[in-house]
Amino acid sequence: MSLLEIRDLNLGIHSYDILKSVHLTVAPGEVVAVTGESGSGKSMTALAVMRLLPEAAHHSGSIRLDGTELLDLTEAQMCRLRGAAVGMVFQEPMTALNPVKTIGDQVMETILVHRAMTRERAEERAREVLTRVGLPPERFPLSRYPHELSGGQRQRVVIAMAIALRPKLLIADEPTTALDVTTQAQILDLLKGLVEEYGMGLLIITHDLAVVSDIADRITVMRYGEVVESGPTRRLFAEMRHPYTRMLFEASGHKVSLPPAPPPEPILSVEGVVRDYPLPRKLFRSQGHHRAVDHVSFALNRGERLGLVGESGCGKSTLTRALLGLEQVQAGRILLDGEPVFSGSRPNLAVRRKMQVVFQDPFGSFNPRHRVDRLITEPFHLLKAQPSGSERRDRIAEMLSAVGLSPDDAGKYIHEFSGGQRQRIAIARALIIRPELILFDEAVSALDVSVRAQILDLLAELCEAYNLTYLFISHDLSVVRTVTDRVLVMRAGQIVEQGETERVFSDPQHDYTRTLIAAAPVLPEIGALRA
Amino acid sequence: MLRYSLKRLLSLIVSLAVASVVIFAVIEVAPGDPASFMLGVNAQEDTLAALRAELGLDVPKVQRYFDWIGGLLVGDFGTSYTYRTPVAQMIADRMWVSLPLALYALALSTLIAFPAGIYAAARRGKPGDVAVMGATQLGVAVPNFWFAMMLVLIFAINLRWFGAGGFAGWDKGVWAGIHSLTLPAIALALPQAAILARVMRSALLDILGEDFMRTARAKGLTRRQALWRHGVRNALIPVLTILGLQFSFLLAGSIIIEQVFFLPGLGRLVFQAISSRDLIVVESVVMLLVFAVIMVNFLVDLAYALVDPRLRDRT
Repeated sequence: MSLLEIRDLNLGIHSYDILKSVHLTVAPGEVVAVTGESGSGKSMTALAVMRLLPEAAHHSGSIRLDGTELLDLTEAQMCRLRGAAVGMVFQEPMTALNPVKTIGDQVMETILVHRAMTRERAEERAREVLTRVGLPPERFPLSRYPHELSGGQRQRVVIAMAIALRPKLLIADEPTTALDVTTQAQILDLLKGLVEEYGMGLLIITHDLAVVSDIADRITVMRYGEVVESGPTRRLFAEMRHPYTRMLFEASGHKVSLPPAPPPEPILSVEGVVRDYPLPRKLFRSQGHHRAVDHVSFALNRGERLGLVGESGCGKSTLTRALLGLEQVQAGRILLDGEPVFSGSRPNLAVRRKMQVVFQDPFGSFNPRHRVDRLITEPFHLLKAQPSGSERRDRIAEMLSAVGLSPDDAGKYIHEFSGGQRQRIAIARALIIRPELILFDEAVSALDVSVRAQILDLLAELCEAYNLTYLFISHDLSVVRTVTDRVLVMRAGQIVEQGETERVFSDPQHDYTRTLIAAAPVLPEIGALRA
Repeated sequence: MLRYSLKRLLSLIVSLAVASVVIFAVIEVAPGDPASFMLGVNAQEDTLAALRAELGLDVPKVQRYFDWIGGLLVGDFGTSYTYRTPVAQMIADRMWVSLPLALYALALSTLIAFPAGIYAAARRGKPGDVAVMGATQLGVAVPNFWFAMMLVLIFAINLRWFGAGGFAGWDKGVWAGIHSLTLPAIALALPQAAILARVMRSALLDILGEDFMRTARAKGLTRRQALWRHGVRNALIPVLTILGLQFSFLLAGSIIIEQVFFLPGLGRLVFQAISSRDLIVVESVVMLLVFAVIMVNFLVDLAYALVDPRLRDRT
């Protein structure tokens, strides 16, 4: 019998249909993944099971948990169920915990709010579950606060809260999306282990097909609030009956065709760069430093696509800021075309003209009160002769066409565009002063796979058309693998390995590179599954 | 936590030193010579000089500054130019009215604002919220002296529960003192409570949208439990900031209310001292108020750290 059975679930918020006739089942001890792109309704499905929907939501259909119809329960009855029979883990470990309460209190709260045990027993149980999720109280006392833990550790605390009362069903909504690959692998292992040990059902929501194929027994693919296909993992990947599933799969493993790598002729040279941050001053001790970038040297050749990979905190963002001339370095030199990027006490504008950047967040990196024409012409202030009148209009039209938008879009505001279109606008903004080098700082990380594939294709086209050099900074190994010629692997402020991308990925030399590549979930080969 | 407190304490001392220089300088450069003011425009030059010498106005300014500061440190605030009595005594007398009044008003304002703000946030958009927000809108818009006059009209003149003004003094017992401060405290508290309730509500609404509130609900907490256990403490930081500012205001800003109720408070003292160019009194009262404001800020900083563990580790 199914533990969770969703039948014909319809959900609307005001007049919008969010879910349409969704069917889904989870058996005890089974891992079911719901996947799809943003707006597919996968998170709403999870929240519907918890009955934690926005107030304006109305629904019909049936959600049965262990035989109980959840949609008929009162709010008070649901409160008794949440945390006890169903646990939930969320995407953002950094904000999912209350910053002013200790982790011990927060784990114990799950137990105490259900009056399941006495305080002493609850504390005992909190120690047990925290140990089980890999935070033994000897090293992580219950009195720790969330800000004293890393993202992965916080996610372990959230999981401990969710499993403290051994719920029959655990719902995990993008539990590893915000984490580094090595941490992601550990958390997925933990979840799998818990399912086996406790016989829980696990409903995992993720956009990442590689994660899905790694962990799930069965998969449900959703689009626009509807289930398009579902079935056992191997069979679903082998058959892929629905074209949308096929498209998702292909977009996830999308390969772009890059022009051949150019002969080595350095455009950007980085020599022995060191960037220190002062640590908080301790009384009666000399000022300490954190070395975020530690004697980094590399050359970027004209026309080349170079990748920079590493986990959070490895120093790649600091290095990016230094390359852009936004910060002074403590030692070493950064030269673009032989000129320093940082001169005196500020960025060297003559050099900055040749270099532009595209950031991760397509929502936060535009002023919402400016129109597109003004947004993309912002870099004009770097030019000595700023184009005006018809020349300006022509440049704007050319750039918008180059990135696949219409020249008519120039008069629109940024909220009128989707995430993928915004990232195209960001690229147009970088391109409009015809730089030689563009830095992409996690530029496709926030995009859905199908959109990401299109943007990657666009980047490949543009680098040929405009003779561009790319530095591609990302934590996503599969993206870096397809879009770069050469790659640098960074760890704790140092470049631990560099070389031709395919060589580094197929035959990594450094232990850390091997760990990274081993931890990254991979998409199955379709042929292998059929066999 | 200790390092944090020491650091705050150091910044407190520096602020006080800077403030004293600024106050002294500003009041010294302000036009108006106390001696000629006291003796009138027709005074003889030698009489003026004699009075200046007597008041200690003839020594160099730097020395006068240090004499003043040195006096403040040992509790000697100098002698009033007009009343010829020790300033310390004058201020102390007034303090016994103004400080209890400010604390009383602050307590009332907190007692009204916290429940109102939390109630409104918990019922966002519902009639209860609309009613509370409407009332606070009124509280912010209407000046406190109008409340004061209405209170006098209703409770003193019609119902005769309270006196219409004046201060009974503490020697007739604590109750008599509190009784005569009640109407002024309410008049002072109402507009402050309205502001505080709005701050509480919006701080809580921000917190209600946080991920950890959803986590709390997913654990099985009811809406109300989540609000009280996870919401209120997180919302306290902005509320404490406003509370600190309000206390400083209440201490010195009650001058109009003191007039309406004939209270011998600090506000009236400053007002009279300014009108009669009694600079030494003005300087001392202003310095005292600055001291109070800086002390309150220091206490608010410490309260932040108690509320939010992240601040304890920050230096």
